[in-house]
Amino acid sequence: MAELVESARGKPPGTSFVNDPKVRSIVLQLLALIVVVVLGWMFVDNARENLAAQKIATGFGFLDNTAGFGISQTLVPYTETSTYGRAFIVGLLNTLLVAVVGIILATVIGFLVGVGRLSKNFVVRTLSATYVEVLRNLPPLFQILFWYLAVLSALPSPRQSISLFGEFFLSNRGIIVPRPLFGEGTALVLWTTGFAILATVLLSSWSSARREETGRGLPMGRIGAVILIGLPLAAMASTGFPITFESPELKGFNFVGGVRVIPEFVALTLALSTYTAAFIAENVRSGIQSVSHGQTEAAHSLGLRSGQTLRLVVIPQAMRVIIPPLTSQYLNLTKNSSLAVGIGYPDLVAVFAGTTLNQTGQAIEIIAVTMGVYLVLSIITSVIMNAYNRRVALVER
Amino acid sequence: MTFAIDDHTFVRQELHTPLPPPRRNIGVLGWMRENLFSSILNTLLTLFGLLLVVLILPPLVRFLILDAVWTGDNREACLAPGTGACWPFVKAKFGQFIYGFYPIDQRWRVNIVFALGAALLVPLLIPSIGQKRLNALLFFGAYPIVAFILLTGGNIDASAFLFQHFGLFSGLAGASVAGVKLAFWLDFLLTAGLVTGLGAVIGAALGDARGVARIVASVFLGLGIITLLWDIDFGLQPVETRQWGGLLVTLVIGVTGIVTSLPLGILLALGRRSKMPIVRLLCIIFIEFWRGVPLITVLFFATYMLPLFLPAGANPDGLLRALVGVALFTAAYMAEVVRGGLQAIPKGQYEGAMAMGLTWSQMMRLIILPQALTLVIPGIVNSFISLFKDTTLVLIVSIFDFLGQLRAAFTDPNWASPVTLYTGFAFAGIVYFIFCFGMSRYSMFVERRLNTSHRH
Repeated sequence: MAELVESARGKPPGTSFVNDPKVRSIVLQLLALIVVVVLGWMFVDNARENLAAQKIATGFGFLDNTAGFGISQTLVPYTETSTYGRAFIVGLLNTLLVAVVGIILATVIGFLVGVGRLSKNFVVRTLSATYVEVLRNLPPLFQILFWYLAVLSALPSPRQSISLFGEFFLSNRGIIVPRPLFGEGTALVLWTTGFAILATVLLSSWSSARREETGRGLPMGRIGAVILIGLPLAAMASTGFPITFESPELKGFNFVGGVRVIPEFVALTLALSTYTAAFIAENVRSGIQSVSHGQTEAAHSLGLRSGQTLRLVVIPQAMRVIIPPLTSQYLNLTKNSSLAVGIGYPDLVAVFAGTTLNQTGQAIEIIAVTMGVYLVLSIITSVIMNAYNRRVALVER
Repeated sequence: MTFAIDDHTFVRQELHTPLPPPRRNIGVLGWMRENLFSSILNTLLTLFGLLLVVLILPPLVRFLILDAVWTGDNREACLAPGTGACWPFVKAKFGQFIYGFYPIDQRWRVNIVFALGAALLVPLLIPSIGQKRLNALLFFGAYPIVAFILLTGGNIDASAFLFQHFGLFSGLAGASVAGVKLAFWLDFLLTAGLVTGLGAVIGAALGDARGVARIVASVFLGLGIITLLWDIDFGLQPVETRQWGGLLVTLVIGVTGIVTSLPLGILLALGRRSKMPIVRLLCIIFIEFWRGVPLITVLFFATYMLPLFLPAGANPDGLLRALVGVALFTAAYMAEVVRGGLQAIPKGQYEGAMAMGLTWSQMMRLIILPQALTLVIPGIVNSFISLFKDTTLVLIVSIFDFLGQLRAAFTDPNWASPVTLYTGFAFAGIVYFIFCFGMSRYSMFVERRLNTSHRH
């Protein structure tokens, strides 16, 4: 009996330590750790040797050196004599510009197509389904090249450019739009606009709080319109309309005045937003379908109209399902903006991991920074979307 | 009391046949009223949609078929204004699109690889054909090795293993039988024996010499078989990966990515759900890192940064580097898909398996993974589709896949015509669409077939 108790306390007879979960867990973790540490040490050691052998400098000192190359689209002042650090910022801003514009466009198109897929209208439904299937099943780089090489390069030269309202010009050099000129008093107009937006937001939140409490709110649609349009208009009138637009004009072979949106930007943004929109449309469709039909029927029987049902009952519930995958679509779009390098749009990868890397050869620092930027962008986007998700998530008892 | 039965009363025995519904509610007209013109907005949408169809469809059909040029030897055939697609261009460049610059007299090897792949893949995809286990083993185990030998020519330069670094076996340098280097293999066997012995000694100290020795020996055996097969000289002319291109490269990257990322992803997913803190942390860092960066930066990393991390002189093949990058990148996404499946399995399944006395690996292999993987088949196929689309990115690190060859073909002055570009894009678009659409339809088919859940 005593022996039995003894053996039950120790390891059971006849089992190997190989099968002991505790031993296994420790050995496995130690092995994993050793492999990672040894690999890391080998990488560092090799890198040090290789860098020394190839006489490549290390550290981030190169960021202060003169870049010496031009960039076709710069949101902040940049010349060939600017530093690599400046080039990095220009590239980063260009990436962000594509990401933000692309996300807005993709969301709008995606919601329209997603609702269209559920439409009762046969033509709309079929067209939406075709859109989704075709765009989702073609590689994004293919689509970017298609827009760039087959659509935008095929536009006429500036001399024969297609004119819209005499103010916008489409040509193979990009889109020329009027340039806003800010005269005296612009600051006042901008401040008033900001104030109008703030006032509308505050008033509408107060109004909805009051409606929750008393059942009676303000007609916010009309009041908001009056504030948002009236106040800035009044400010503009009182300062004598300081913001004017300089129309582009064709002089010789090119345009003078106006702002040129480079074709690379147009191709990239169009391709990415239409591509991502196909995925967003599917998310929207599945979100709306996840709201059971009983909700719609209940809303109708309460006397809500179709529009109200959609706005107040279906969409708030669908949003819970839509938001998480929407977040990853936004992240995908941001990451896919790196495909810019395929058509020469000066985004972060093209400017920094491309030209700067070729000129300085400091691969480790540059690629680490580039990857780091995308990691940070991913984290920021998901933090914002998670916060929004928490707001719309179902609060359970 | 009796009822007087009036024989003259007529009671109709069967129901009157219902009147047909109003003409405006049935048939084509009714359908159109209901579906297309039910309100003003709906009518406008219908008209707008029809306008789009009219604007897009007829020109597309005219370009692709009616106005297309079907025969010709060079650009002259496609120069006439108003011509549609220039199909002779695709025909002339077809070999290049499929094989890249693979030597023309060696293309039969690629064809065998394609045929073998199809012969193994098709029965794997059709549910009613049996022997799935053997089939999967052949496709995922044997096929990659055979394909590697056929495509590269095999006969890899198996150079120094371990002891040769210390000058052992130097007398045998250059001696080989059928391409198998004797020095290397003596070295390999010696190392395998020594390491297995060492494992046995350590195992004996801990109480189980045989168990440890068996694990170590089987690892070496597997490694040895693959290396031996690659080492044998089959007399095939070596073809460098630099000469590969076109659809071949697209499929090589796609299939390698699929074959490697699934097991790697399963391991990562299991690691992420493991109770071992170090393993879990390493897996989380690995997965989140790869998922947070774009594939392009991964490819840049593999092309420019990886060579710096490897010993001087070790200059791995460009395609291999891209393959490693793609495989790791896809594995991270696959891991998240598999983790979703693992999380969906109720705890009772784990507890039941453990109560039956199954070991952890038996539980995972026999109970959990079969259910979890079945649940996430659509997600896995989606990952494959995006992997297939992502193969196009290797174009940016100068590997000429299908899209890369297409772009290169545009610059050929022999075929420079106004429609060359559109023809190429149409052809490539159709090819990519067939692959991706096919995969997505197949995943929907499997999903429906396996859908045994109690959905209403």
